[in-house]
Amino acid sequence: MTSATLERIVTPAVASRQPSLLAVRGLEKHYRSGDRTLAVLRGVDFDLAPAEFVSIVGQSGSGKSTLLHLVGLLDAADAGSISLGGRRVDDVPARQRDRLRNTEIGMVFQAYHLLPELSALENVLAPLMVRHGVWSWLKVRGEARKRAVELLEQFGLGERLHHKPRHLSGGEMQRVAIARALVGGPRLLLADEPTGNLDAETGAGILDVLSALNRSEGLSIVLVTHDPSIARRADRIVRLAAGRVETA
Amino acid sequence: MYKLLLCWRYLRTRWIALASVISVTLGVATMIVVNAVMAGFSHEMQTRIHGILSDLVFESHSLSGFQDPEWHMAEIRRAAGDDIVGMTPTVAVPAMLNFQVRGQWITRQVMFIGIDETTHAGVSDFGRYLQHPGNREQLSFALRDGGYDTIDSQAGGTDPTRPALEGAGWPHRRMRVERERLWREKLEADRDLHAADTPESGEGTGPVRPVDQQVDAVLAATAGEAAAPPKPADPFRQARPEEGTRMDPATEQFTGIVPGIGLASFRDTSGIDRFLVLPGDDVKVTFPTAGTPPKAVSDSFTIVDFYESKMSEYDSNFVFVPIAALQRMRGMIDPQSGLASVNSIQIKLREGADLDTVRDRLRKAFPADLYAVATWRDKQGPLLAAVDMEMAVLNILLFLIIAVAGFGILAIFFMIVVEKTRDIGILKSLGAQASGIAGIFLGYGLFLGLVGAGAGLALGLAIALNINTIRAGVEWCTGQRVFDPSIYYFFTIPTIVDPLTVGWIVAGAVGIAIASSVLPALRAARLHPVEALRHD
Repeated sequence: MTSATLERIVTPAVASRQPSLLAVRGLEKHYRSGDRTLAVLRGVDFDLAPAEFVSIVGQSGSGKSTLLHLVGLLDAADAGSISLGGRRVDDVPARQRDRLRNTEIGMVFQAYHLLPELSALENVLAPLMVRHGVWSWLKVRGEARKRAVELLEQFGLGERLHHKPRHLSGGEMQRVAIARALVGGPRLLLADEPTGNLDAETGAGILDVLSALNRSEGLSIVLVTHDPSIARRADRIVRLAAGRVETA
Repeated sequence: MYKLLLCWRYLRTRWIALASVISVTLGVATMIVVNAVMAGFSHEMQTRIHGILSDLVFESHSLSGFQDPEWHMAEIRRAAGDDIVGMTPTVAVPAMLNFQVRGQWITRQVMFIGIDETTHAGVSDFGRYLQHPGNREQLSFALRDGGYDTIDSQAGGTDPTRPALEGAGWPHRRMRVERERLWREKLEADRDLHAADTPESGEGTGPVRPVDQQVDAVLAATAGEAAAPPKPADPFRQARPEEGTRMDPATEQFTGIVPGIGLASFRDTSGIDRFLVLPGDDVKVTFPTAGTPPKAVSDSFTIVDFYESKMSEYDSNFVFVPIAALQRMRGMIDPQSGLASVNSIQIKLREGADLDTVRDRLRKAFPADLYAVATWRDKQGPLLAAVDMEMAVLNILLFLIIAVAGFGILAIFFMIVVEKTRDIGILKSLGAQASGIAGIFLGYGLFLGLVGAGAGLALGLAIALNINTIRAGVEWCTGQRVFDPSIYYFFTIPTIVDPLTVGWIVAGAVGIAIASSVLPALRAARLHPVEALRHD
């Protein structure tokens, strides 16, 4: 898929001169409640090189989750631009953003966000089911299943393929969520407090998995956390305060 | 693909949603049953009416009618072409039927219809509605020597509900004459005794006892008609006796008539038909002559059979008489030319002929100010239209039931969307499109609609096709008659399942189920992914 797909579906708007995978420029986001406007992001600039592992830290309300949602194309910014692989992605039509989210980006959340009606394996297969219609799914099903089982086995969940999320522990659920984020072969993994709901030991295990992916597969990772000790596992730490990147 | 999977999983974990389709099921089943019964009812009624009336009726506006029916029939055949397979002239006049029951005269307002006994059965189902098997084969206005059906021949069944018809015909007539003779002899002997007891009270001066009056009335009724209009030689073998001679009622009859069965009988609570008069009894009919102004004349007739179309409107109104006798009695035969007049000509068309086309052709061929041409549908237009309207209104009301079910689906779906808000956010974060999310809920609605309508279809067809068994079961359980054939003119509940109607009902129900899932589906599709993910 990937670069070819990306070139096809992304408007060739701003061709970046930088080699970075992700380029965020002057990103602003306001929330309106009644007459008052709350500025969450006030011009964030941020780059991510290919195969880089970056932590974004900041206090609660510093806008780090908002930033991640904007980069994950789940929300629209009020100003600024986001480029992925040198192509601007924040102003493309909704269908293309859906497509990009499915193919280029994998997301992991603090609350795991697995679908409760589906088994672990089906949860991992979900992004591929979203990608394919019924007929093409029947064609790729075997291959997709093989890939999903491989990922789950790689994360030590080979015995838990057909368990529903409510029968899994927190660490297991988060590993299923990571497998789901990876199954579509994304270039960018966004993780929002992935260890927030886990005890320290299990959390460390999850971080080990992320580091290993970064090292062995060259996966670019943006990790959002409020915990400096977790942030230190990344190659680089970006501090967010009052809606801006702190240059420290 | 995920749409199908999630749709299925949501359904499997939320069977309660199926409760909302029960009303769809019931609505569809009710509509199918009601439509089947109404269509059956309407069809049965049309068959009846059509059986009573001929395809086309060609009639004059005046009671005096038009002369020379043969010429008219030839003209009609010329105008209408090959479509005509049978024609018969009739004379219909309003009249009063009078008969005596236990000394009381009962008078009924009737339509007195002169028919040609050889051709009339050919243009309608008239023959099927008679009580004597021989008359059903070929009507004769001569009194039969017994053999009338004691079982209702149209109802099927094996119980003789009309035991009174057992001895009807000549045996009944002879018995009645014999009884009257004995009664008269007894009374005369009684009177002689009285005269001997009180010799001083001379005839006509003593008190007249009621029983004497009654006897006089009986004598008057059976003595024959003194004031009958003058008439030419009678071509019928059941001719009246010559003027001045006394007929022997035990071996002779007046002109035969066939009254509707409702004029002469009633059904008692045990389902037995009781008769006020029987074939073999004599009645008097008063009717207008053809002159200007019409004069009322009366004549005696002998009942030879009963007409039972099961449409009470006709059964309590029609009295059939030989057309030639009626023409003669009304003075409808021109003394100079010998040509008879008739009121109307009943026309039967070949199977599949278009009634309206032939009617319009006849209307063009004959002046409208002298003749009226109408199809049987025209004649019963208001009744048929009323049934059609009833059906339409019922359908609208029942469809509203399904519409109400739609709101149930709407409410349940909204709840499911709220409950699944976070899942919707997750799917969007995985790249699912808004249309796909909407598709989950639309598919869900489609499935519920199909299940509801399918179950309703099965239930409705099962009820419609076995409705008479169900009726029998209900009657057996409750001991009450659910469907009383004496009220309706058929004996089993008729049903016609029209595949097109059923198709529309099912399509409508599925359509409503989908339509009511549109709003929840749109709401789901428009959820903001970030807010949806935060939802607990």
